[in-house]
Amino acid sequence: MQWGSAAEFFAMGGYGLYVWTSFIATALCMGWEVLALWRRRAAARAEQCAALLGDTDETTA
Amino acid sequence: MNRSSMWEAVSGIVKRDLLLAMRRRSDAAMSVFFLVIVASLFPLGVGPEPAVLRTIGPGVLWVAALLACLLSLSRVFTADYVDGALEQMVLVPQPLAVLVAGKVVAHWLISGLPVVLLSPLLGLQFGLSGDALGVLVLSLLLGTPTLSMIGAIGAALVLGVRGSGLLVALLVLPLYVPVLIFGAGAVTGSMAGVGGEANLSLLGACLVLSLFLAPWATAAALRIALE
Amino acid sequence: MTVNWSKYSAPTAFYPLAGRLIPWFSVMAVALMGVGLYMGFFVAPTDFQQGESYRIIFVHVPAAWMSMFLYVVMAIWAGVGMGLNARLSFMMAQAIAPTGAMFTFLALLTGAMWGKPTWGAWWVWDARLTSELILLFQYAGVMLLRTSIDDLRRADRSSAVFALVGVVNVPIIYYSVQWWNTLHQGASVSMSTGSKMAATMLMAMLIMTIAFWLYSIAVILARVRCIVVERDSLPVWDEKPAVSQEVVEVR
Repeated sequence: MQWGSAAEFFAMGGYGLYVWTSFIATALCMGWEVLALWRRRAAARAEQCAALLGDTDETTA
Repeated sequence: MNRSSMWEAVSGIVKRDLLLAMRRRSDAAMSVFFLVIVASLFPLGVGPEPAVLRTIGPGVLWVAALLACLLSLSRVFTADYVDGALEQMVLVPQPLAVLVAGKVVAHWLISGLPVVLLSPLLGLQFGLSGDALGVLVLSLLLGTPTLSMIGAIGAALVLGVRGSGLLVALLVLPLYVPVLIFGAGAVTGSMAGVGGEANLSLLGACLVLSLFLAPWATAAALRIALE
Repeated sequence: MTVNWSKYSAPTAFYPLAGRLIPWFSVMAVALMGVGLYMGFFVAPTDFQQGESYRIIFVHVPAAWMSMFLYVVMAIWAGVGMGLNARLSFMMAQAIAPTGAMFTFLALLTGAMWGKPTWGAWWVWDARLTSELILLFQYAGVMLLRTSIDDLRRADRSSAVFALVGVVNVPIIYYSVQWWNTLHQGASVSMSTGSKMAATMLMAMLIMTIAFWLYSIAVILARVRCIVVERDSLPVWDEKPAVSQEVVEVR
């Protein structure tokens, strides 16, 4: 461990803005990508479900 | 299929396209007018100081030539695509890549060559002199056919697609960057006293490379577009 | 027990395989990122020249490498698709592009974040950053070609051709910009680490790169599964057949 205190850690020797912007942006982008894929998966499966059930409706009607 | 029939096919295509262009001279004129307008916008935006203009001149002229080529790309294949002639070309026994090369040569003669010929006058507007003007013309002479060759790939990819004007720009501009770097670099090099030969030979290499590879990629793109 | 890999070239067979692989890659990615970040922040020493700002390389360099690797992999899948006329290959290429574009964007953003404190400029026209910028445009071109063309087959093939043409372009851009920089004296700043890196720094960077790789694989497999479903390439309902039965019972 080389950081004297949490404050030092967040300050990053004065470069805190740049370092943390980089890491937070990376985390946000990755998180957003995962979330978007989650929603895309749900939408695709919902659409497929609707299509399948729509078909079954027609055949049983 | 022998050499002479290939040559006949290519020259036939070139002659045909030139004849069609002669009937609509506005196409050639448009590229030239665009070049002049864009090249005139920069001094108006930047200020008339001769030293500044001489510095940005090669880059501005090269970018203007590049944009003029970009705008003319919509005319390479569209007319033939619309009236069905393109589909006939795909069915011809000669390799499509050869025919494509012919079309692009004709396109360059119509849209690119006038730019090359006009460039010394525009160079004078930016205060370029003697040697630099010569290198400018030579760089455009080597570069504009390359730009046409590469641009044809983009034109073929977006054939018939909505919004193709902007899309072709996005596709083709990244591919234009090396040619721009070498072309403008040749002129600035000659102005700096370093000489433009190195950049000019790189431009020549780009031209040869594009002559060999681009028609092949364009033909593939055309086949995909016509399926 | 030999595995017949060619059966996985059918979307219906690949779909469940991908589904089984995703959790493994996700867990490994998270674990390695944890290790890499720990090493990067708590083990790697302060750089003599750059102070703490150098720590940005632990995301900048992996993102840049991933942006390039993924483009090449995408081009390979595009080429395989064109050569073998395989739908799944085109779907893989389609799935890779957004992740690759994201990493390219991150490489540019973190590059600017690193450049400002270190060299005083948000942007420099060195070969590496300029190549990344062009790469972003090429990713955008691949994705826009796909969304602009309605016919699926033409969209697949057109973006494949462009991806392949672009793969040739990137090294050419890199060397031409390097050449350009050597000709223009004064523009000699390059985004490199400069001083030799300590072993722990290198190790942390490598671990983060592998972690980004694993993350990419997981995300791309998940996306290709979505694409398979969206393209109606999955005729059989793969999980929960009980749902349709429930609906029938309710009716």
